[in-house]
Amino acid sequence: MSHVIPHDERHHDANSTDVFGFWLYILTDCILFGSLFATFLVLNHPGAYGPALKDFISLPYVLIGTFLLLASNFTFALALMAFYRRQKVLSQCFLLLTFGLGLGFVVMEVNEFYHLVHEGYGWFVSGAASAFYGLVATHGLHVSFGLLWIVIMMVQLSLFKDDVINEKRFIMLGIFWNFLDIVWIFVFTTVYLQGAL
Amino acid sequence: MLQEILLGNLSLKALPLHEPIIIAAGVFMALALGAVLVGITVLRKWGVIWRDWVCSVDHKKIGIMYIVLAGVMLLRGFSDALLMRSQQAIAAGTSMGYLPPEHYDQIFTAHGVIMIFFVAMPFMVGLMNLTIPLQIGARDVAYPYLNSLSFWMTFVGAMLTNVSLVVGSFAATGWLAYPPLSGIKYSPGVGVDYYIWALQIAGVGTLLGGVNFIATIVKMRCPGMTLMKMPIFVWSVLCASILICLSFPILTVALALLELDRLLGMHFFTQLYGGNMMMYINLIWAWGHPEVYILILPAFGIFSEVVATFSRKLLFGYTTMVYAIAAITFLSFIVWLHHFFTMGAGANVNAFFGIATMIIAIPTGVKVFNWLFTMYRGSIRLDTPMLWVTAFFTTFAIGGMTGVLMALPPVDFHTHNSLFNVAHFHNTIIGGVLFGYFAGFIYWFPKAFGFYLNERLGKYAFGFWVAGFYFAFMPLYVLGLQGVMRRLVHYDNVAYQPYFLVAAFGALLILIGIGFQIFQVIYSVIYREQHRDKSGDAWNGRTFEWSISSPPPVYNFAITPQVKRIDQFWFDKQAKEPTHVHPEKMTYQDIHMPRNTSAGFFVGIFSGIFGFAMVWHMWLIASMGLLGVIATVIMRSFNKNTDYYISAEEVKKTEFAHFKEMFS
Repeated sequence: MSHVIPHDERHHDANSTDVFGFWLYILTDCILFGSLFATFLVLNHPGAYGPALKDFISLPYVLIGTFLLLASNFTFALALMAFYRRQKVLSQCFLLLTFGLGLGFVVMEVNEFYHLVHEGYGWFVSGAASAFYGLVATHGLHVSFGLLWIVIMMVQLSLFKDDVINEKRFIMLGIFWNFLDIVWIFVFTTVYLQGAL
Repeated sequence: MLQEILLGNLSLKALPLHEPIIIAAGVFMALALGAVLVGITVLRKWGVIWRDWVCSVDHKKIGIMYIVLAGVMLLRGFSDALLMRSQQAIAAGTSMGYLPPEHYDQIFTAHGVIMIFFVAMPFMVGLMNLTIPLQIGARDVAYPYLNSLSFWMTFVGAMLTNVSLVVGSFAATGWLAYPPLSGIKYSPGVGVDYYIWALQIAGVGTLLGGVNFIATIVKMRCPGMTLMKMPIFVWSVLCASILICLSFPILTVALALLELDRLLGMHFFTQLYGGNMMMYINLIWAWGHPEVYILILPAFGIFSEVVATFSRKLLFGYTTMVYAIAAITFLSFIVWLHHFFTMGAGANVNAFFGIATMIIAIPTGVKVFNWLFTMYRGSIRLDTPMLWVTAFFTTFAIGGMTGVLMALPPVDFHTHNSLFNVAHFHNTIIGGVLFGYFAGFIYWFPKAFGFYLNERLGKYAFGFWVAGFYFAFMPLYVLGLQGVMRRLVHYDNVAYQPYFLVAAFGALLILIGIGFQIFQVIYSVIYREQHRDKSGDAWNGRTFEWSISSPPPVYNFAITPQVKRIDQFWFDKQAKEPTHVHPEKMTYQDIHMPRNTSAGFFVGIFSGIFGFAMVWHMWLIASMGLLGVIATVIMRSFNKNTDYYISAEEVKKTEFAHFKEMFS
């Protein structure tokens, strides 16, 4: 072989570039959520038209969903640690647990939306309600895509023998999943805690 | 029932059979497309086009495809301009002109959208693609597959805009589609939906391109090329890419919320139920103002490269140039409100944004003086790229001055939505952006194809373009100051007509200029042997793209260059250091390259199907399009056969052929 750069090192190089690019994507997603937060705050000023959000939401219910999402972040970290220790089966188990917790969060959110619409706080009743759904559902959609990604990760983890590619995708998925948690903390405080005041 | 599921709101009524102008344009487009398809079939080129272009991840080929797209769309956008100029030349006093208002509204909307999104943007991204990896000594961009995907999404967005001409209609709202006019109540047709989905798809493509180029420039520079040793064009593209990443998500949000208003009856921007239409206008300009700097910064980069090369001097004030670009990048985010001083945000808010706007003139002035000082005592060659630069100096200075004038909120209240404003932004976008891209196009054309563009025809084109520009837009300044509004389909006062006639004459001169440009390309291709550049260094250049053959081999650099100082290649030439060693004396290594893929093309096509189906509410087909996008991306993630090696022997053979040609 006449390559000066061994395969592994090339992969390593490409991996660091790919992860860097993924951070850039996360940056753009931050701006996306920032715009939605700005819209929410503009349309939800005190005395805004329409019914008030606080008459409809149940904080304890949302708090349970929040804990599901935060716990899923913890189990994801365990999955990644197991992957680094080359305990693939354990890693898969934790990924499955992460998926379950994330799915629980999404199901709770859909259920919440269902009840809100039926009790008279649909997305069409006011600008404030539209902004609520626009922001919270965008986060929910992101989590749903994250769930799809977790499934693909689990499949590829069992299919691919090349740990270099797996590691890169695991790291990116981790960045994504953490990012969604952080966004949710902002959603929880800005939308729900402030909204309940 | 079945028809509704499959076709949604689409029916034969969507075809504008009663509009002779649109039918003629549609037939013309169909004939042109048909001729191209037949031509490809007759010449048996489908395989080549599929393998070497559609599936290509080579940044040089993607760059060329971007520029071809920009050229074709320029013709479309310019036809719209001719229609508007001729309508306004005629429609004074009792004459109503030949265009009905609802058609005229679509024309000025399409003109703006096409010129910004599907001419200027692809032209810029094309030049970036062509040049950036070569200037930083890289083999490709950071994510070649993503690059192909970005192109196809931009392409699909442009095609959706073209389809709207024949199937249905385009938005009649102005190029930024302000609500409530663009809301479902006042624009119940499909026009705004076409607008939203075309821009949404192309916008995502551009955003991914921005990510790609930041990563390329940050991660892929050759050894020794520290940030302050990068060619200035690389700096300008880095800053433009940062602007893309920071501003395009805002466009995505603004358009998505507008579509939610239209589709699901939400109330983000409606007049009733607590919506706030000024929120849309803030969001769209928080994207829109950085967008104009996304366009102009790479043009500034091109001017810097061209001025230094054709003055044969080191660029004056490199460091200040970099800081000026960075300052403009920052400032461009705190001026968006100057597009709507009339919103009534209050004197203090307007004062802040007015002053911030004026401050931008300072770094821009620094750049202009740097270019002038670069030329000072240089040995200047006035080839066509340099001619465009000189035209830029005066034209852009005028545009800048009228811009600073309008940065004063009291003045802006008078000129808001007037032709003065139209003249101003054409002054900067044509005189700055387009002239810059033309300079870059002529400058890098021999690099991409291995032969020059004909100089004489280029000079004719230049003359007609510049004269045409002044004839077309100077009268609009005068009219604007007299209070003539933009977007008028008709005006009563016949005293304005002479100015509009002069403007129409200017548009005709530009038409001749464009004619010469097309002829220039055709002529140069036919007589390419006479225009051949065998050296690879067409203009006695300064940066690394000129150190390799034209057109460059697929792997760009057989051996990655090393940098010790800025303009390394130029100083190597000056020091008579051997820039080209005989390939027989070299030892090459296998080169690792990305493999071509059709995934980007299919993601583009599926997103196009999704967009078209969303416009017409064909829910079944829309979900299939979306599933297609997701499935293609997932399938691609399972493909591990994504790269290959070019053997050292083959590299040696290629380099030897270039060496022989160079000294033949």
